[in-house]
Amino acid sequence: MTQTPHLALVPGTAPAAAPAPETPVILEIEGLTKSFISTPGLGGHIANLFGAGIKRQEVRAVSGVDLSVKTGEIVGIVGESGCGKSTVARMLAGISNPTGGEIRYRGKARSKMTRAEREDFALSIQMIFQDPYASLNPRMRVRDIIGEAAVVHGYVTRAEMPAYVEDLMTRVGLAPDMADRFPHQFSGGQRQRIGIARALALKPDVLICDESVAALDVSIQAQVLNLFMDLRDSLGLTYLFISHNLGVVEHISDRVVIMYLGRVVESAPTEELYARPHHPYTRLLMDHLPTLSVERRTHRPIAGDLPSPLDPPPGCPFNPRCPLATDRCRSERPALREVTPGHISACHFDDTSSAEIR
Amino acid sequence: MSTDMMSKETRDADLGAPVLKIEKLCTWFDTREGTARAVDGVDLELYEGEILGLVGESGSGKSVTGYSVMGLIDPPGRIAGGRILLDGRDLTRLSEEEHRRVRGKDIAMIFQDPSMTLNPTLRIETQMIEAVRAHEACSTAQARRRAKDALDMVGIPSPEERLRAYPFELSGGMRQRVAIAIALLNKPRLIIADEPTTALDVSIQSQIIYELQTLCRETGTAMIWVTHDLAVVAGMADRLAVMYAGRIVEVGTTKEVIEQPGHPYTRGLMGSVPMHETRGRRLARIPGATPSLLHLPQGCSFRERCALADKACTRMPELAQHHQAQSIRCWHPGETDR
Ligand SMILES: Nc1ncnc2c1ncn2[C@@H]1O[C@H](COP(=O)(O)OP(=O)(O)O)[C@@H](O)[C@H]1O
Ligand SMILES: Nc1ncnc2c1ncn2[C@@H]1O[C@H](COP(=O)(O)OP(=O)(O)O)[C@@H](O)[C@H]1O
Ligand code: SF4
Ligand SMILES: [Mg+2]
Ligand SMILES: [Mg+2]
Repeated sequence: MTQTPHLALVPGTAPAAAPAPETPVILEIEGLTKSFISTPGLGGHIANLFGAGIKRQEVRAVSGVDLSVKTGEIVGIVGESGCGKSTVARMLAGISNPTGGEIRYRGKARSKMTRAEREDFALSIQMIFQDPYASLNPRMRVRDIIGEAAVVHGYVTRAEMPAYVEDLMTRVGLAPDMADRFPHQFSGGQRQRIGIARALALKPDVLICDESVAALDVSIQAQVLNLFMDLRDSLGLTYLFISHNLGVVEHISDRVVIMYLGRVVESAPTEELYARPHHPYTRLLMDHLPTLSVERRTHRPIAGDLPSPLDPPPGCPFNPRCPLATDRCRSERPALREVTPGHISACHFDDTSSAEIR
Repeated sequence: MSTDMMSKETRDADLGAPVLKIEKLCTWFDTREGTARAVDGVDLELYEGEILGLVGESGSGKSVTGYSVMGLIDPPGRIAGGRILLDGRDLTRLSEEEHRRVRGKDIAMIFQDPSMTLNPTLRIETQMIEAVRAHEACSTAQARRRAKDALDMVGIPSPEERLRAYPFELSGGMRQRVAIAIALLNKPRLIIADEPTTALDVSIQSQIIYELQTLCRETGTAMIWVTHDLAVVAGMADRLAVMYAGRIVEVGTTKEVIEQPGHPYTRGLMGSVPMHETRGRRLARIPGATPSLLHLPQGCSFRERCALADKACTRMPELAQHHQAQSIRCWHPGETDR
């Protein structure tokens, strides 16, 4: 059997249901901050011997990010590489500790959790990575890759494990008779399914997908995106969906957060954000929305490169690249504020819709 | 009169002789398990200033097509048949030495990974000056000026500084732009861009596409843009060729292929693109996975994944004209699902 078996769940065509407004918040972060100290490195040390004076520098990878996610919601996080998306994801998944701010899970602050509660919390949030191959142990059989952690954490006994894994494999569209194989015997799309099954084995409430479909062919990407939507419907999963692909995020998310240089610069329900992007950065990004229109696109690039987080510009972080920047933008950092209900943006222009970005 | 309104014949008459004409190209790999026909009878044409999007899933033979044109097929691979005519000259007959003179001069390739082009141990300027002087007798100063102009052309800020840098000192996007600048150095007749922007941020991707597009229009350089994502080439390419299991299954103007895709595989690819129109819905999926080249079904290679397949499909369909410039390799072109 070499073909990818079809998913047991019949793909529906009705738009997926976004959670109702009164749905409880499952995950909340407030003022989340992460700094890395960059040390000079060997070359720097040697240069320092000759008086170069290279110092330890602080990199603010994430600065004061607020976010609240409802049960069953799919929140997309978009931004250029280096803007801090993965750092946020790793802090939420408990892989890295925040330098500042608070994470609350089901109303309880992580800093106030007992050790046992913190472990439970870590298991409730699972990550799906970009490169399925790098994250799977090549010497383990798929059965153990998927089921081992579930045994260790006491979700199933070792005797129950094979049946448990078979069920998970079926759920993600892998033939259970392939459980004895090794990762290299699977295609890229199948390996991504193995990673998903491994995450599901721990019965998480939240999946954090960090560029999970970026390395896949569009045809395989479509299968995996459908799987994520099916799993939300059947298991009530909540997702943080990180991607630099605006088309993918629009397709799957209920709400979208735009990040720039470690900060949230805009957030709104997906339809609102794509129909009425407010922040100049978001509006420039929207120019690069993938479409199947044959109209000649005159790709208007965003001027300049992403500034280094080692040396963020004063004022609005986007000002050096912003076509609307004024003196105020160069000196005063705009706060996030609500432009319409549920739609927040951090830009000094009250109504950029009247200001033409050219 | 726009290109897509013309018949195939008038196009040819209008555009003069093609820059590149690939005829029945076969590039096969002899492996222990059997012969993998990675490219199996591919025909393609490309005219001056034209951009052709070569689209298909991984393993369909896009890169091997590009490497064949570049003369980069090494054993166990071999050109098993066909011709590759660059301005009428058959590249498959060139000696290795002759091919080396064509590569980097008349044809240049941009790889997905810029480290295929860049030597990590040499400064950018050393590599670029060498690339110019390998094909042309000129002074170091002249070559250096050309290098700086090329960096300017691909939108690299402060090119003087970058020239003195080593590749590792540049970001991924910047390295790719340098690799592109190197491809442009000798004003080639043909550029083969093999998924050059797949690993890059959308904004940088757009910038690179914009610059290469402008360059082709202005200098008449022809370009093959290889990708698995139709959305990348829809707004850029003049024509599209869709590849499946080593064969072209559909070719036509971009408008024809996108607005009236005729092959079931092309339609599947289009349905897989997530975008505004698909929001909140399930994407159309092409069932199954790409078959192994060693175990292709008899007849149409797409048969086992195709909703339209019937008895006729157990014989191999020819690539046949369907509409003006559009040709399709299918027994049921343009039919919708039964
Ligand atoms: N372990 C680390 N040490 C130092 N800097 C880091 C580390 N991890 C991330 N960074 C820096 O933090 C910033 C954000 O990185 P990341 O969260 O990976 O961005 P994204 O996922 O959006 O591409 C980058 O400037 C990156 O260089
Ligand atoms: N060095 C090689 N040895 C054996 N087979 C190869 C080799 N290189 C490529 N192939 C075969 O050629 C097919 C097409 O590869 P490629 O052109 O790289 O696909 P694409 O670029 O469309 O993803 C592969 O599926 C593989 O079977
Ligand atoms: S020839 Fe038959 S099997 Fe092949 S694509 Fe056309 S309808 Fe499908
Ligand atoms: Mg990341
Ligand atoms: Mg390839």
